[in-house]
Amino acid sequence: MSRRLYDLAHCRAGDKGDTSILSLIAYREEDYALLREHVTADAVAQHLSGIITGKVRRYEMPTLGALQFVCERALSGGVTTSLALDAHGKTLSYALLEMQIEA
Amino acid sequence: MTRAADTVRIGSGAGFAGDRLEPALLLAERGNLDYLALECLAERTIALAQLRKRRDPTEGYDALLKRRVAMLLPALKKQGVRLVSNFGAANPQAGAEVILDVARQQGLSVKVAIVAGDDVLDQMHGDRIALETGQPLSAFGELISANAYLGADAIIPALETGADIVITGRVADPSLFVAPVAHYFGWRVSDLDRMARATAVGHLLECAAQVTGGYFADPGRKDVPDIANIGFPFADVDAEGNAVLGKVEGTGGAITLATVKEQLLYEASDPGAYLTPDVTADFTAIQLRQVAHDRVSIEGARANGKSPTLKVSIGYLAGYLGEGELSYAGRNALARAKLAGKIIRERLAHSFSELRIDYIGSTSSHGRSFDASEHPYEVRLRVAARARSADEASLVGEEVEALYLNGPAGGGGARKYVVEQIGIVSTLLDRSEVSTSVTLKDWTNEPATV
Repeated sequence: MSRRLYDLAHCRAGDKGDTSILSLIAYREEDYALLREHVTADAVAQHLSGIITGKVRRYEMPTLGALQFVCERALSGGVTTSLALDAHGKTLSYALLEMQIEA
Repeated sequence: MTRAADTVRIGSGAGFAGDRLEPALLLAERGNLDYLALECLAERTIALAQLRKRRDPTEGYDALLKRRVAMLLPALKKQGVRLVSNFGAANPQAGAEVILDVARQQGLSVKVAIVAGDDVLDQMHGDRIALETGQPLSAFGELISANAYLGADAIIPALETGADIVITGRVADPSLFVAPVAHYFGWRVSDLDRMARATAVGHLLECAAQVTGGYFADPGRKDVPDIANIGFPFADVDAEGNAVLGKVEGTGGAITLATVKEQLLYEASDPGAYLTPDVTADFTAIQLRQVAHDRVSIEGARANGKSPTLKVSIGYLAGYLGEGELSYAGRNALARAKLAGKIIRERLAHSFSELRIDYIGSTSSHGRSFDASEHPYEVRLRVAARARSADEASLVGEEVEALYLNGPAGGGGARKYVVEQIGIVSTLLDRSEVSTSVTLKDWTNEPATV
């Protein structure tokens, strides 16, 4: 069954220079294992390949039921000199939640 | 408002320079606080303040400082709440003078402690390396500001003076909260596990309403009650650095595990090593509990060392951004907007090294990654380019506006903007290269002699 992350988790985007930091927090604790299994760093890099061009690192936060994705070269050169309308990449939270997993 | 004994209560009255004013007053009047902290400095704020200071040496503090202090001072004095803020920006000395002026006007005695030492522009030689790009600083535009992120060790001596208000320039955001807690309990700054726990609390508080349901709501999915009247947070911190978050009763918003988790992870580029001048904090084993309605407890942050260096944020002149926008609606709106974009590209591409064309309502945020619908009912063309001068930048808006008579059918609502750009890079300084100091200013309302 195909499931959209939007239905399983919530996300807030943060930024540091040209790096976007995306949390993925399970609404229900029992879904954390599912997210951990399916939402790998590679899968996220693939999903966001039209937006971010650098590496994606993933951190696991089991006590919070959350994953953290740190995405390099994600903000068209960085917050302070990007020409993008959303220079901080604030809306990238909802780009991540568009992702679908087979679970 | 009840709270556990042996805790110190610190409120967060602003999460960025432009934050709302009145939630801080509510906290000061009704929050039963010991301390109120206001975080007012984003990355570029201090560089912009430095430009104001260049033009006028009595300027360069936060633009809202006077209004914030004038509103808060009577409540702070009446309730015995001490204020800590980085609203000194590029000129804490001048900011302190403004505070004394306000105190005189209100007839309220005030003692202000000024934390200095963050301004390290004189030490930024061109051969220092920018962390982000590995290039020497001389590769960037003219440097206009360089400020080291100071920590609690710079703020605590200011609190020890007994000042009503502590005003700083650049300090690490969580340190605004760590310092009062450490001072209250008499922690040594070398007590890294306590500093780590207080840092996690400071991180949760530093963006104010972002932990009480702000920047969270998604109708039908993540609803937040009475969000128009969202209350700002406080934390009751115990002598170990564990804490319970809360907000003033009757305010809007919500403090839930979900709101707290979002803020805890916000901007943590390595949750196992959250770097501040006070400690490198490990958030990976943090435990959150909903202990009551709108009350969440936090414990379990740990120390993971302490950096021998301080981060320095450097602002440089990065030219000008020129922008122009125009809307298209109805049948074939996107195709008409794209024709307009094509016209602009043809006319401007040779003039600008960086030219960006967006279709707002279709592809401006995420490109064509997830929805490439060709049929939005309305779409807004946006053109942006970087330029060396303001005149050059204004060409962008002029060309977009000229689409009225020279472009596709049905364009409307043209807007044009020229904005001076400040770039930010960072570098590191050894702690020994940064020296901080505290100076006091006060004004006393002497009773008139008869």
